[in-house]
Amino acid sequence: MHVVVCIKQVPDSAQIRVHPVTNTIMRQGVPTIINPYDLFALEEALRLKDKFGATVTVLTMGPPTAAESLRKALTFGADRAVLLTDRYFAGSDTLATSFALSMALKKVAEEFGKPEIIFTGKQTIDGDTAQVGPGIAKRLDYNQLTYIARIVETDLQAGTIKVERRAEGGLQVLESKLPVLITMLEASNEMRRGSIENALIAARAEVVTWNAAAVGIEDLTKCGLRGSPTIVKKVFAPTARTDKAEIVEVDGKADARAAALVEAIFAKAPSVEHELLEQAAHHYV
Amino acid sequence: MAEDNKPAPAAGGSRANTKKELPEHFKAYKHVWVAVEIEHGQVHSVSFELLGEGRKLADKRGVELAAVVMGDDRASLDAAAAACFEYGADCVYVAQDPALKHYRNETSTKVLTDIVNTYKPEILLLGATNLGRDLAGSVATTLQTGLTADCTELAIDDEGSLAATRPTFGGSLLCTIFTLNFRPQMATVRPRVLAMPEREEGRTGKIVEFDPKLVEDDVITKVLDFIADRDTDKANLPYADIVVAGGLGLGSVENFQLVKELAEVLGAEYGGSRPLVQKGWITSDRQIGQTGKTIRPKLYIAAGISGAIQHRVGVEGADLIVAINTDPNAPIFEFAHLGIVADAVTLLPALTDAFAARLRVNRLAS
Repeated sequence: MHVVVCIKQVPDSAQIRVHPVTNTIMRQGVPTIINPYDLFALEEALRLKDKFGATVTVLTMGPPTAAESLRKALTFGADRAVLLTDRYFAGSDTLATSFALSMALKKVAEEFGKPEIIFTGKQTIDGDTAQVGPGIAKRLDYNQLTYIARIVETDLQAGTIKVERRAEGGLQVLESKLPVLITMLEASNEMRRGSIENALIAARAEVVTWNAAAVGIEDLTKCGLRGSPTIVKKVFAPTARTDKAEIVEVDGKADARAAALVEAIFAKAPSVEHELLEQAAHHYV
Repeated sequence: MAEDNKPAPAAGGSRANTKKELPEHFKAYKHVWVAVEIEHGQVHSVSFELLGEGRKLADKRGVELAAVVMGDDRASLDAAAAACFEYGADCVYVAQDPALKHYRNETSTKVLTDIVNTYKPEILLLGATNLGRDLAGSVATTLQTGLTADCTELAIDDEGSLAATRPTFGGSLLCTIFTLNFRPQMATVRPRVLAMPEREEGRTGKIVEFDPKLVEDDVITKVLDFIADRDTDKANLPYADIVVAGGLGLGSVENFQLVKELAEVLGAEYGGSRPLVQKGWITSDRQIGQTGKTIRPKLYIAAGISGAIQHRVGVEGADLIVAINTDPNAPIFEFAHLGIVADAVTLLPALTDAFAARLRVNRLAS
């Protein structure tokens, strides 16, 4: 069994700063991490390794420095790391990204065997679109199972998989045929710790590195900015409201201040007061 | 690299300035559409919110507004179509097939793609729910067109194109995104980001039946069961009238209890900012903000939340935002309507008592 986990190296969002004058992202010195949602995907793949002896390949598209995240994935127990990197990919939107990744996945299938399952996180924390997983599934004609809370059963003999998918108001229990692309929901599992043994292997491991030509992309107009139907025309900071909060300034103990705040709230929202009183009356009658 | 909607000011700017004319075969694409979300016979409110916004876009373009409803049951499809008309649709495309009983990516992608290719809308909107995002990503890839996720604002620019604005970089900036040379222009919007439109009772329109031509045996994914959420503690933040939320300023998970106590007195839902989910104080279904839930309550009380932009975009639709924070310079006071500079840990219990007393006293007086 072969499974591939698509991961993305993202800036640690807690540490992003915006230049106050130019409104550009100050990337310098911002540490990068594996997209947190992707770790749930990686853990699920590693469980298939534990259970079925699956080979786990991690794939990322990014700058050469994204190899760091791939090595990190190897320390958790992944077997093989593939980096797709080319300056022609710069500025890709989700459609161009899923094109490039699907070409890399075809190459992975040729070189290392066709994956029965491709995993991704449900979305990234920087783009937050949740579109690349579905894009890959469509391009490779894999059955798409998104927002998966649990893999109930994988039957390699029958070539089927049963999952629980998060839907509005409950969980859909779905059965599909392999191969499938699965996007994992957060908190669906608990990531294991990396081992020292794996860390030593990861440090020496070769990261398979491919550019656009290596994965058979001939038409470069399908890549990067040129291959992206969406166009970012304007980037701007949200406008500050001119009227700031009216501050309730009452000195004294918390009781007095709280009472003043309640009056201020009801003065501004009389309908809320009215409804609360009706509820209270109903409740106590 | 390569996330969607990455601001690339220099490159994006130069491309934007060299707009090509829309290719000939896309010129027939006309009208604004909303793909309606129906599960268990019920239309998700986000679809009506999108119809409200779609109406404005269609009027600005001088075109029709249409809804697409898909399902297996005639009665619920008819009810959904009638509601769509009352919320502003001029036309409803109805796809009825036993294979559309439950949402499945395979069947819905095929049917929606086929209807789009047959009737050619210029704009296609979906809710940014699990269902909508699952479907939109597949449809956009099949149609090879642009899709902008989680928009906070939709508009028509001077040249008649859809201008889709969304937060980027975890909500630290906003960007406006266009799909100039492809059709349809696709976008998703989260529930409650847009206001619910007025319902015009008795308003009707044109129904167009579309034969999905699905064969169940050809569909690979089967729905075996649906396990309804039984959790009585399940949050319904987006549609709550009153919401109380806490942030890191509370200091500890024990102190978060104070938020729950105030919420209980007010019959409110409770939630928190993103760091609380990361710390495990609350579950992710109670996260308020751009990457969590967007809320539009009548009253929102934020205790110990600094008010980062990613939080702000999730709460700005509230009628009254009340902020409690020790730092008078916290960004939350920039967009709250009412504020008090205080330690939430001492003020919250007093506030709970004050509300309880006030509601009790007035009940006796009335």
